[in-house]
Amino acid sequence: MLGNQAFARGLYEAGCAFVSSYPGTPSTEVTEEAAKYEEIYCEWAPNEKVAMEAAFGASLAGKRSFCGMKHVGMNVAADPLFTCSYTGVNAGMVICVADDAGMHSSQNEQDSRHYAAAAKIPMLEPADSAEACAFVKQAYEISEQYDTPVIVKMCTRVAHSQSIVETGERTEERTLPYEKNIAKYVMMPVNAIRRHPVVEERTRKLAEYANTCGFNRVEMGDTRLGIITSSTSYQYVKEVFGENASILKLGMVYPLPEKLILDFASKVDKLVIVEELDSIIEDHCKKLGLTVTGKDVLPLEGEYAQNLIAEKLGGKAPEYKSLDETLPGRPPVMCAGCPHRGLFYILSKNKCTVLGDIGCYTLGAVAPLNAMEMTLCMGASISAIHGFNKALGEESEGKTVAVIGDSTFMHSGMTGLANIAYNQSNSTVIILDNSITGMTGHQQNPTTGYNIKGDPAGKIDLESLCRAMGFVRVAVIDPYNLEECDRVIKEELAAKEPSVIISRRPCALLKYVKHQPPIHADGDKCVGCKSCMRLGCPAISMKNNKAVIDNTLCVGCGVCEQLCKFDALQPGEVQK
Amino acid sequence: MTKNIMIVGVGGQGSLLASKLLGHLLLSEGYDVKVSEVHGMSQRGGSVVTYVRFGEKVYSPIIDKGEADFIVSFEKLEAARYVEYLREDGRIVVNTQEIDPMPVITGAAAYPENLIEKMKGLGIQVDDMDCLSLAEEAGSAKAVNIVLMGRLSKYFDIPVEKWQKAIKECVPAKFVEMNEKAFLLGRGE
Repeated sequence: MLGNQAFARGLYEAGCAFVSSYPGTPSTEVTEEAAKYEEIYCEWAPNEKVAMEAAFGASLAGKRSFCGMKHVGMNVAADPLFTCSYTGVNAGMVICVADDAGMHSSQNEQDSRHYAAAAKIPMLEPADSAEACAFVKQAYEISEQYDTPVIVKMCTRVAHSQSIVETGERTEERTLPYEKNIAKYVMMPVNAIRRHPVVEERTRKLAEYANTCGFNRVEMGDTRLGIITSSTSYQYVKEVFGENASILKLGMVYPLPEKLILDFASKVDKLVIVEELDSIIEDHCKKLGLTVTGKDVLPLEGEYAQNLIAEKLGGKAPEYKSLDETLPGRPPVMCAGCPHRGLFYILSKNKCTVLGDIGCYTLGAVAPLNAMEMTLCMGASISAIHGFNKALGEESEGKTVAVIGDSTFMHSGMTGLANIAYNQSNSTVIILDNSITGMTGHQQNPTTGYNIKGDPAGKIDLESLCRAMGFVRVAVIDPYNLEECDRVIKEELAAKEPSVIISRRPCALLKYVKHQPPIHADGDKCVGCKSCMRLGCPAISMKNNKAVIDNTLCVGCGVCEQLCKFDALQPGEVQK
Repeated sequence: MTKNIMIVGVGGQGSLLASKLLGHLLLSEGYDVKVSEVHGMSQRGGSVVTYVRFGEKVYSPIIDKGEADFIVSFEKLEAARYVEYLREDGRIVVNTQEIDPMPVITGAAAYPENLIEKMKGLGIQVDDMDCLSLAEEAGSAKAVNIVLMGRLSKYFDIPVEKWQKAIKECVPAKFVEMNEKAFLLGRGE
């Protein structure tokens, strides 16, 4: 079972009744898998803050609830996180945060364990699928016993690895009575002042619990070397050392078990901490007065693996053979027929300054399009273009655009757009509406008209929304039509007021999207000018200075055809 | 002793089905199995890697340099890219298909020549075959993954019927026959 699938199984078995999440690699499948259980209400929320607040509401009402997100999603949800630590819960509430050390699919590699310590919320950290399932179930018990939300932290290698899980039955779903309790749930100063000591007392009790919690486990082996570790790092340590070291494997990483750590340290000659990213366990050990090895030899950045552990801790990694040759890389690219491509081509051609956002379209920044100059976080394109244009005025207004996907716009683009509407910068915002959340693997969102189960749902109309916010200039274009894109973008950049352009065309990978026959490349007409190559389409390549089309990839979108001045690229039908 | 199979290729080539098949097969053989893959960015036509590890007790979900008993590659350049992950006595099973990566498409780089010969020149055991043609012969270009599994099966002491049972469990019913043919073509039977 995939780690995320096992996590969802844990939710099911724990009697969880309410799930609200925003997709984000590597956390997405927890919610997708949970949605397969009929007994659990599941939804995609517009963003992580909304998801966490919805899960809190369900917990308050008396149902066991859950919300899931990636590490950067936790930044968005940080506001409710810190205060629901004060209110505590009614029925159990579990939060999944999935870190991405190595940045396989993220803009940074922050360590979410800091959030547990900062918000004073207990955090469990499974090391494989079986633990993911078991820890989630125990997390609900801790949540209800200690009156606190509980975070279960995943990482890419636990979330996206499959290992064996023994499944159990679903605990019968209960609804705890909701009771009005203003002192506990209304966090205004007079009440919050009284709740803070409750949080501190709870943390002290949880620290005691950590000493005896079965998820923190000692595996005694050779006592000359003692290693404290958790999560996937535990697996690498076991792989390298087996019985040749003693291990304290932490399943609860906040609060940390002081007595257990001191006791373990007293039984080994040398103490080493193996933890990915920041030195949280290490710093804790040092605070306890222990002498430890950790980040002095192991890196603060990137993923760990067995060879790294072996090399850094005095072992030996295996030998291997190498080719004495630099191989061309294979970076991810926009798919053939991707609706973003035509639009980025036009932006590149018009030498626009493009402030970008988070999604598949971030690939517009790579060669040969090179049509993006900034990507920060969800929604930042719209907020930043406002500041950019206010700072530079006419110098930038006529050539700068913000680009943001439909899902990202719903996530945190609307507030930035409100700022443009309110404080009136002459900004041009392009919403790339491909009718799906693409990068994370096709999740529905409030603009698609469908819910997580694929059933019809509410649908937000982007044009009406933008007009309601005060935008007079709202245009809709088809990104497969280059002439139209070029004309409208020029018009809106020239206009002396804020405007929104909606570039609308569903993702070419969506099952309902019908593809055209592959484009036919006429070798006799092709002069090898390479105009079509400027699109960076994976279906087009040059062989013997002639354009050739890969029929297995081409979906016949016809964008390249519009660039060929020699009619060498023609719709597939011509072939027949 | 843990055995390691690394599956490499280009996003969209169907390597996930291959790892699913191996996972099913090895679990039914009573092994502890871990399969690890990366989702997200890497699927957009990028280089993709899946690790399959099995044995009595498997700890790490990933395969590191010098550890792979087998590298199963869906594409020639990708086999070369991960050659350092092979054990010194390991074996590469490779589809000789060439898929140009973006730097080659844009002309910034050339597709390297004679990769199979160069790998063999290092003393590596390379089992190269045109899986795309065999897959097409079986009925679909998409069956490259099962052709490769057929070839890989030759190096395992597991009866053919067990592999075929795993195929049945992993592919939709209407594609079973075609995939079984692809499997046997890959195996050379």
